Amino acid sequence: MARDDIRLHVVSGKGGTGKTTVAAALALALATGGRRTLLVEVEGRQGIAQLFDVPPLPYSERKVAVAPGGGDVYALAIDAEEAMLDYLDMFYSLRRAGSALRRMGAIEFATTIAPGLRDVLLTGKFCEAVKRQEGGEFVYDAVVVDAPPTGRVTRFLNVNREVADIAKVGPIRNQADSVMRVINSPHTAVHLVTLLEEMPVQETIDGVEALHDNGLPSGQIIVNMLRTPLLDDDELAAASDDTLDRDAITADLKAAGVIGRRGATTAALVEALLDEARDHAERVELERQERDRLDPLGLPIVSLPLVDGGIDLTALYDLATQLREQGLR
Amino acid sequence: MTTPAKKSRGRATPAAPPARPATWDVDALIDNEATRIIVCCGSGGVGKTTTAAALGLRAAERGRRVCVMTIDPARRLAQSMGLTELDNEPRPVSGVQGDGELSAMMLDMKRTFDEMVEGHADADRAEQILSNPFYQALSSSFAGTQEYMAMEKLGRLRATADSEGTWDLIIVDTPPSRSALDFLDAPARMGSFLDGRFIRLLTAPARSAGKGLGRIVSTGFGMFTSVLTKVIGGQVLKDLQAFVGAFEALFGGFRERAEATYSLLQEEGTSFVVVAVPERDALREASYFVERLKADQMPLAGLVLNRVQATGAPMLSEEQALAGAERLEEAEEGELTSALLHLHAQRMATLSRQHHLADRFSGAHPGVAVAEVPAFAGDVHDLEGLRQVGRFLAGELSR
Repeated sequence: MARDDIRLHVVSGKGGTGKTTVAAALALALATGGRRTLLVEVEGRQGIAQLFDVPPLPYSERKVAVAPGGGDVYALAIDAEEAMLDYLDMFYSLRRAGSALRRMGAIEFATTIAPGLRDVLLTGKFCEAVKRQEGGEFVYDAVVVDAPPTGRVTRFLNVNREVADIAKVGPIRNQADSVMRVINSPHTAVHLVTLLEEMPVQETIDGVEALHDNGLPSGQIIVNMLRTPLLDDDELAAASDDTLDRDAITADLKAAGVIGRRGATTAALVEALLDEARDHAERVELERQERDRLDPLGLPIVSLPLVDGGIDLTALYDLATQLREQGLR
Repeated sequence: MTTPAKKSRGRATPAAPPARPATWDVDALIDNEATRIIVCCGSGGVGKTTTAAALGLRAAERGRRVCVMTIDPARRLAQSMGLTELDNEPRPVSGVQGDGELSAMMLDMKRTFDEMVEGHADADRAEQILSNPFYQALSSSFAGTQEYMAMEKLGRLRATADSEGTWDLIIVDTPPSRSALDFLDAPARMGSFLDGRFIRLLTAPARSAGKGLGRIVSTGFGMFTSVLTKVIGGQVLKDLQAFVGAFEALFGGFRERAEATYSLLQEEGTSFVVVAVPERDALREASYFVERLKADQMPLAGLVLNRVQATGAPMLSEEQALAGAERLEEAEEGELTSALLHLHAQRMATLSRQHHLADRFSGAHPGVAVAEVPAFAGDVHDLEGLRQVGRFLAGELSR
């Protein structure tokens, strides 16, 4: 189960698995009961603003939601160029020169091309938020990062290695070292979001291995968009073998007054329902196979259901509750 | 006709949506010999690779000689096409029926970049570039490199096809990215970075001094180099200068090269297929992409909508199914039937949401033909599965 003292939660996963939604739900879950969390996005997509239905986030921390039982979720969309200007200001007192550099395209150049620099800036920014204190107390109880996808997250977090190649000494090296101290601390966890499908599961398996190889702290596996089987095991087996009792189903449908409209026969309706049951059985079986591939990773697994009708604020609060119930708090 | 037990008055059945867009004649596109390149675009995770492979297989089995370039295929799909190693060269796919041919390859972005360098430089010069740390970072990690290299490889496949007559149709899958537009934008972005004013300043000593450069240098260049040296280190600047100098001597400007590659996409015979799933984000990306193609005057063949929910019982609405289930539960009987009705109700809910989203897309882009492929219970990972997808694409099968 999740430890209570994790302060930096990095949420990654294959594209399309609902990483941003899970990160947002986690930030809500962690803020519940009067705590304060910061939800961070690093890919300039304004996904958080869309989820919480607020205007695009500026480059500053602002409150986007109130958690159940009191507690605040703040959000920040980190912009690498702005972070670079901050950085020039902080380390070299060069904000004005920075503006000039920006006009010349130098900042864009440096944040986009210089290997690792962009990631140093992005990670540096949220690690600063993790460490920030006021009056001897941490400003945020937890920071949740909607991180790059699994294929890139190791490199993203492991900037130190790349930076060491280009900056042996100097302020940027110090900055990178300080970021790595936060990321490698026992108070950090990298969670991977997956679906029970072939490619996302494979990416999760590869991702856990990559995290391990690079000495990064893996947290939980979050299985997202899970369908609850509506049939028990015997029924599922019968559904795939096409041995469900047609006569009984027909009788039930008649008893319940369920009859297809537009002249369709009950027999056709029964066949259609059996087809859907077979599909369901096949998918449940597939999901079980994929789930079995996750177990050997030895990481705690939590599950979130598929939300019919798409994600809105209500759904987000509901997912947050489910995360709490499964021990992520 | 019997009246349903609990009549849902005034509710249209979700299965009867407003007028759907014209069905798209996919076979006309792939049979047309004038079609030489098909580019499958869309945001990540929408089934671009499967669509590209299914189109390729169908075209081959209808007599075309096809090369499919995939970027990041699922392991089993790759195996089904005989792609067990990533060697950056098209390999024939076995098991294809009919007179046509199908070859497939997986793009190796670093290899493509290396080959581009090796193909243009003598051994010493190539070695000098390949070992440059800046080149190594650029060729393996820059955000736009994969897209740029996909286009570079496409250009080379096309050249091979023209000179050796190996293929008459090339189908490309585009790199996984958040935004479908990345594929179109990356080469220009990369070109403008490497060819921009800033790099020109940095690499001034490596180039012959350009017009007006002296003035800019006197006002700003000193500051640039001192700040940049502090921030990213002097060695990086030296590597960068060496790389840009050597690269430019080989290829001319980056921007020109990017533009030349991009123009391949505007040639006659190139068609775009936009791939999406009936979900809000994917369709929003598809919309952006459709608009962009229009603005750039690139031909859009149609939209492939993958993972569309299907049902054999559209006549039983969500409400009717739930009402029936409730009735059985109250009577405490027919537990299995009740579960089947719940299953159907879920399916109808998904279906109606998907229809709503698809209709909204078609309302905004009425001219765009749509081919729908249903959600399969399992993954597509063999040629028969791809054939099946192809039949749906061509409208031989429908949901």
